[in-house]
This record gives sequence, C-alpha cells and structure tokens, in this order.
Amino acid sequence: MKKIFSSVMTLILAIVAVSCGGNATSEGRKAQELSGAGATFPLPFYNVVFEEFAQVNGDAVAYGGIGSGGGVRNLRDKIVDFAGSDAFLSDKEMSDMNAVIHVPTCMGAVVLAYNLDGVNNLNLSGDLIADIFAGNIKMWNDERLAALNPGVELPAEAIIPVFRSDGSGTTFVFTDYLTKVSPMWKEKFGAGKSVNFPSGQAAKGNPGVAGVVKQTKNSIGYVGSEYAFAQKIAYAKIQNQRGEIVEPTAASISAAASGEIPADTRCSITNSDAAGAYPISTFTWMIIYKEQNYSDRSKEQAVATLDLLQYILSDDAQKITSEVHYAPLPEKAKELSLKNLKTVTFDGTAILQ
Amino acid sequence: MNDKIYRVILFIAALIVPTVCGGVIYALVTDAYDAFEYFGFFKFLTSSEWSYTEGAEQYGALPFITGTLMTTLLALVFCIPFSLPVALFVGEYFKGTKIAAVLSTVTDLLAGIPSIIYGLWGFYTLRPIIMALDISEQGSGILTASLVLAIMIIPYAASLSAEFIKMVPNDLKEGAYSLGATRAEVIRKVVFPVAGSGIFSSYVLAIGRALGETMTVTMLIGNTNNIPDSITSTGNSMASIIANQFGEADGLRLSSLIAIGLILFLITAAINMVGKIMIKRARIS
Repeated sequence: MKKIFSSVMTLILAIVAVSCGGNATSEGRKAQELSGAGATFPLPFYNVVFEEFAQVNGDAVAYGGIGSGGGVRNLRDKIVDFAGSDAFLSDKEMSDMNAVIHVPTCMGAVVLAYNLDGVNNLNLSGDLIADIFAGNIKMWNDERLAALNPGVELPAEAIIPVFRSDGSGTTFVFTDYLTKVSPMWKEKFGAGKSVNFPSGQAAKGNPGVAGVVKQTKNSIGYVGSEYAFAQKIAYAKIQNQRGEIVEPTAASISAAASGEIPADTRCSITNSDAAGAYPISTFTWMIIYKEQNYSDRSKEQAVATLDLLQYILSDDAQKITSEVHYAPLPEKAKELSLKNLKTVTFDGTAILQ
Repeated sequence: MNDKIYRVILFIAALIVPTVCGGVIYALVTDAYDAFEYFGFFKFLTSSEWSYTEGAEQYGALPFITGTLMTTLLALVFCIPFSLPVALFVGEYFKGTKIAAVLSTVTDLLAGIPSIIYGLWGFYTLRPIIMALDISEQGSGILTASLVLAIMIIPYAASLSAEFIKMVPNDLKEGAYSLGATRAEVIRKVVFPVAGSGIFSSYVLAIGRALGETMTVTMLIGNTNNIPDSITSTGNSMASIIANQFGEADGLRLSSLIAIGLILFLITAAINMVGKIMIKRARIS
C-alpha cells in the first residue's frame, strides 16, 4: 500500500514539475499556452507543426478542430488566440468584428473520393460533379460519365452522393468551385459553408465523410485531400479549365496558386487557369486580430502567437506540408503574409520590428 | 446547532437543482425567442423547410420532430421483444436466483457503454449488414438508428419492469395457482394487470432516454434535412441536427437550433411526467 502511495506521489510530483517547468524560449520570454480553433481540413498538418513548434520554441499550442465557422465564432467571441478557416472572411464578416489579418498556412485540395468496385481510375469534370451532387446524374453508367472515362467499366448502380452535415470550409471551397463552373449550380444552390444538397446522405466532419464513402459502395463524397489519402480511398482526377485531366498532388495544388494574390491574401484559387493546376485547390488560413491586446492577453502571449505564425511560414514548417499530403505556399504568399504580420500591434505599437 | 447547519446545507443543495433547471429553461426561451418571433411558433413547428440561402433563410422543425418521433417509436417497438422477456426472466421465472442476478447485471452493463461505442458498432457492423441485405442502398437511415437505439434502451426498460414484476404480491399469484392457473396464465392474468402501469411507465422512461440520444443517431441516421418518407430513408433527429450544426451556426440559425432544443426539452419533460404519474399510480394500487 505504502509503495503504491509513494509511486502515485512521485507521478504527481513529476507532472507538477513538468507543467511548472516554464522553460524559457530562445528570446527569453516565458513559454506560453496558445489556443486556437477552427477548420478540420488542415488539422493533420497543424498537429505536426504544433508539435515541432513546441520543441523549437517551448510554447504549447492547443487546436480544436471544430470547423471553420466555429473557429471564426470563437475568435469573434475573443476566446482564442487564432482561428483556422478554409474560407476567408467576407467583407461583411470583416466589418462585424475588429480588424483581423489572414495568414495562409498551407495549401490543400478538396478531392472527390469514391467507392466503386473494380474502378481505380475515374475522371470527372466540374459540370459532371455539379450534376452528380444536384441529383441530375443518378447512375454511374451515365453516358456523360462514360464519355470522359473511355475504357472504364462503370457499373449500372445508383450514385450515392455524400456531403457534410455540419457547416464547413471544405463545403465552401467545393461549392465555390461548382458555382464557378456550373451556371445551374450557381442558380440553384450557390456557394456557402452549408448548402442544401438535394440527394444522398451527410456525415459530420471530413473524417465522417471519408468514413461513409469508405464503407458505402457506389458512393462519392468530397473531402479534404489528406483524409482521402490517409484512409486510402480512391479519388478522382478532375478536368481543369484548360481541359487537362489533373490528379491532386503537391505540385498540381501549388500550380493553382501561381496567379495573382491580393495584398491581404484573401482570394479563391478554385478553377485556376494555370497549366497543370488542380481545380479544387485552396489556401487555408489562420486569422488573428490586428490589435493583440484583448481579453486580458499578455504581451508575451501576443508575441508567441506571432512566433507561431512566423514559424509556420518558415521553410522548416513548409517542408512538412508535402510530407502530410498538403502543398507548400508559393513565395508570393509568404512574402505578403510576413509583411502583414508586421502590422500586428499590441496596445497600438507594432510587435515585430 | 448541528441540526441547523445540516438544514442550511441541505436547503442550499436542494435549491441548486431547480435553479439550474430554471436557468436552462430561461436561456432556451430567451435564445429561441428570435426564431419563434421571426417564423411564428406554429409555422416553426409545421414548416419542413431548412434552407440556408442568405437573405432567404427558412428554418422549420417538422423534419426533425418527425425524425425523432420515428426513431424513438421504432426503437420502442424493437426493444419490447427483448426487454420484456428479460424482465419476466429476472422478475418472475428465475426471481432471486444467481442466474437472474447475472442476467440483470449484464443488462445493466449495457446502460454503461458510452453512446459513441454504440454508434461505431452501428456504423461498422450493423450498417454493412443492412447494405448487404439490400434493405437500403446507403445503409444509414431511420431503421439503422432505431435498431441501435433499441439496444441502448433495453436496460432502462428491462430493469425497471423487472422491479415492478417482482413487486406483484405473492398472495395474488398463489391464489391464481390454487385455482389451477398455469404459469403463463398467471403472468397474463395476474402479473401483467397488477404490474401493468409500472411496466408502462418504465417504457415511458426508456422513451425519454431514446428521445435525447445524440451521438449514435448522428452517426447512423444519414443527416439529411428532409421528412423521412419511409423507415429506410435518411433523416435527422432533433438532437442530431443540433449536434451537426450548432458549432457553425449563428444568428437566425442558432436561434432556430435552440428553439429545437427547447421543443425537445418540452417533449422529454412531458414524457417523463407521464411516466412519473404512472409509477405513482402503480405504487398506490
């Protein structure tokens, strides 16, 4: 009994020692605990980056994958240090809250994951995807699908579309693309984080959709690329604006961002006209307040937040992107973001010199 | 002196629960007010639109009320053939034996399994079976959710029913036996009539449990915002629409979700009240 007691005490002491360690960072400030919430889409990337960041800088980062909209709501309620979002804020949303800046952290793609017996190469175009999710193309052996997939034996089975039941940045990117390529989609459904899909079934979160597609024959669903890769689900190649059939890879996703990027980095890069670009690509952003003194945050916490963002923009962190099936940011986006970070203030004075 | 302190402590402790409950109702009503005001109370209850289009938002609770009632009633139907025999086994046939104790412990254990485990089991085991049997193409739906719900509410229905069956006075049963009644006749003519309202109330409480179940239903019901047109079609329950959309909602949608929460709260409260009244009646007779 005594032995158990003493070992329990040792354990408690050890935990206390670790948590109170407060190991100083390179700049001599105390280690901070940062918290963020938002998109599940970049979560696998963030998990790795935050761990690396903790080792390099000593700051712990907690990130809740509650969805882009939830993250933005938490930021608006001023209970997090940063929000993760796959959809940049609209002008109207920006005007509803204090000034914020968007920092792109990596690039990803929304892939069309499918589950079809005996088919391991499927080509799709924007038009076809819109008609499948609108319920206009109901069967896998539809003529138009067959025309784009010569030599592939498509089964005479009903298509089961799978979509997101929760509001989601992934849905926004996907429907933003469909709105650009299909006038029918634009008129009937539009783009948004929640869209009234007319047929099929829905699941919560990227893992939910990936799980349902994996378990359901003849289904097709849209998921963040990483989730399809991780679950080893087949995904379709998609015809881009130039008519090329493109597979989502780090290179083809990066190619989508080779065009102009506005100074605040808020831009949609779906349906890119660049050569070799995967058409449903997106930046994913972290959003922070320009004025970092809110909700009794300390200056050290503000500095740690900027350290984190600078680390994510660094080459060390960007190297991780392709290891976990995302794509690195183009130089232009990094430059713009570093410039934007310099405008972040604490009590009105710039934090970075 | 000691008595006084105890009384104060007890009084405070007893006051906390009604305060919390009152706070919940207050919060639900104030936050749901916007939706009721915008759509009108009855329009909100009877509208089947759930449309996010900005500027033309339309939210109505009917698909989710239907989904909840369908899953709950079906779960009840599926649960009776399993829970009633267990209750009879434990409370009558093998009353007081070791095997009855084991069986009732095992049944009660079912109540301790987290709902996410039921959800995962339903998703990875039951759903493929439903697809393989060609009952429904996509596997998810009212039926799948109800089947798992039924298993989840068995312990609630079975253990309480068993208690009421045990409480049937021996004099009555012996009287019936002495008149030459068989065991089956005793159960049908004596046990059920005497314990009837108690058994009924235990099922009412089980329904209360099924109404609010969230995680399992969300994983299995298919999450589409339509009124289910058959038991194999997909739908959404009141709890699952809240679980799905609460995180992202704001404005009118948030208020509508809270309004759905309020309606669910009222339905559950009403059903529990009915159960309580029936139990009281059972005790008196």
